[in-house]
Amino acid sequence: MLDPTSPNGAKASVNGHGPLLPLELRRLAYEANGKRVIDGLDLIIEEPGITVIMGPNGAGKSMLLRLIHGLIAPTGGEVLWGGKRLTRELARRQAMVFQKPVLLRRSAGANIWHALGLRGIARVDRAIRVGDALKLAGLEGRASTPARVLSGGEQQRLCLARALSLEPDILLLDEPTASLDPASTLAIEQLLIDAQRRGIKIIVVTHDVGQARRLAREVLFLHHGRIVEHQAAKDFFESPQSDTARAFLAGGLVL
Amino acid sequence: MADFLQAFHTALRLIVTLDPRLVEIVLLSLRVSLLAVAIASVIGFALGGALAVYRFPGRGAVSVVLSALMGLPPVVAGLFVYLLLSNAGPLGVLQLLYTPTAMIIAQVVLVTPIIGALTRQACEDLLEEYDEQLRSLGASSRAIVATLLWDGRYRLITAVLAGFGRAIAEVGAVMIVGGNIDHVTRTMTTAIALETSKGDIALALALGIVLLLTAFAVNAALMGVRRFAVRLAYA
Repeated sequence: MLDPTSPNGAKASVNGHGPLLPLELRRLAYEANGKRVIDGLDLIIEEPGITVIMGPNGAGKSMLLRLIHGLIAPTGGEVLWGGKRLTRELARRQAMVFQKPVLLRRSAGANIWHALGLRGIARVDRAIRVGDALKLAGLEGRASTPARVLSGGEQQRLCLARALSLEPDILLLDEPTASLDPASTLAIEQLLIDAQRRGIKIIVVTHDVGQARRLAREVLFLHHGRIVEHQAAKDFFESPQSDTARAFLAGGLVL
Repeated sequence: MADFLQAFHTALRLIVTLDPRLVEIVLLSLRVSLLAVAIASVIGFALGGALAVYRFPGRGAVSVVLSALMGLPPVVAGLFVYLLLSNAGPLGVLQLLYTPTAMIIAQVVLVTPIIGALTRQACEDLLEEYDEQLRSLGASSRAIVATLLWDGRYRLITAVLAGFGRAIAEVGAVMIVGGNIDHVTRTMTTAIALETSKGDIALALALGIVLLLTAFAVNAALMGVRRFAVRLAYA
């Protein structure tokens, strides 16, 4: 599975500038209860690899991810994937992992089986993909364990495995390791690095600076619903341009 | 006092010897209520699941009515079905009044709101947790309903048991549309009402004991299901 050389046309196109990239935001805005949570973002993401979205609490990071994924509709502006508005077809080429693992009240294997079923994958292929995904996440012995009795780290690994089993072109993650121990965090990060090598575009929200340093190819720094910085990771960490980013990286409290 | 002891003694003998009259009444009661609950479950699951997931005008009103009907007095359900099935009613041509079928229909009317409302609540609670994840996975509304019903299976089982408890114990609806006809529509509850007023305390007591045991069994099952679900973290 997840072989970038697979004959699947959409898959092969991910390497480099596939039809889903660039991701373009035009005057993107989201307003809730009279408050502009996302305040007119203009942005183009065209680099493959891992884009890390950082920023203090309440900067609008999670909201931005949901807008990009199409889980909520913007109140202004638009999201364009490869120049096209998000359709059901395009949405199906994305997968998302949430901060708090959302797992069905079924076994670990059945959770992946269910997701593959929603995508209309044939039963014979499903069984193979479930096995592959569990193995990838190091959960091969846990296929029939009820998903919700797994440890927190195992649950998040299962969520990531489920997302990867869908063979997405774009993988979105909202603070995937926020409540995990270091070992589990490392396992998740390793899975992300491997996935990125296979040509999956990854956008991950985190407020863990260390994690951003380990993963990011480019960084998007958000504050009060606006993009404060967008540059290559190396540049961002060595010479942040804004005071807020400098304060954030220095571990100061950013209001 | 001696009379009551005597009656109690006779009642136990009726149960232990599986008195044919008693067995006939018990079996009819079980048949009517089990079938009614099976039908009400199918309708209630679909209704509750759809109400939790689909957005349509009047959805709130339907939910409120459904919840309110959980407390529908059995005699009112009986009266409603009576009007429906009586010769002058819209379904009068079917000649169903005073048959077990009429009693099943009345109990379906009685139990469907209970199972439907409990199903809706269970599905809504799950949806709150699952909504974003399922939409992210690309689930259609239909697929979401199916997912919620399966993941709420232990709560649905308890809803069904609650519905059965209500059906087997009610007397008003089956009395009105069944008529308590010997060998045809005499259930445990209507028989108890009749025999008590006739003074045949023994048979009434025997049926009462069976009814009580049924209630105990339903509650034990409820508790067992809940424990099992909690152990698997599926509750």
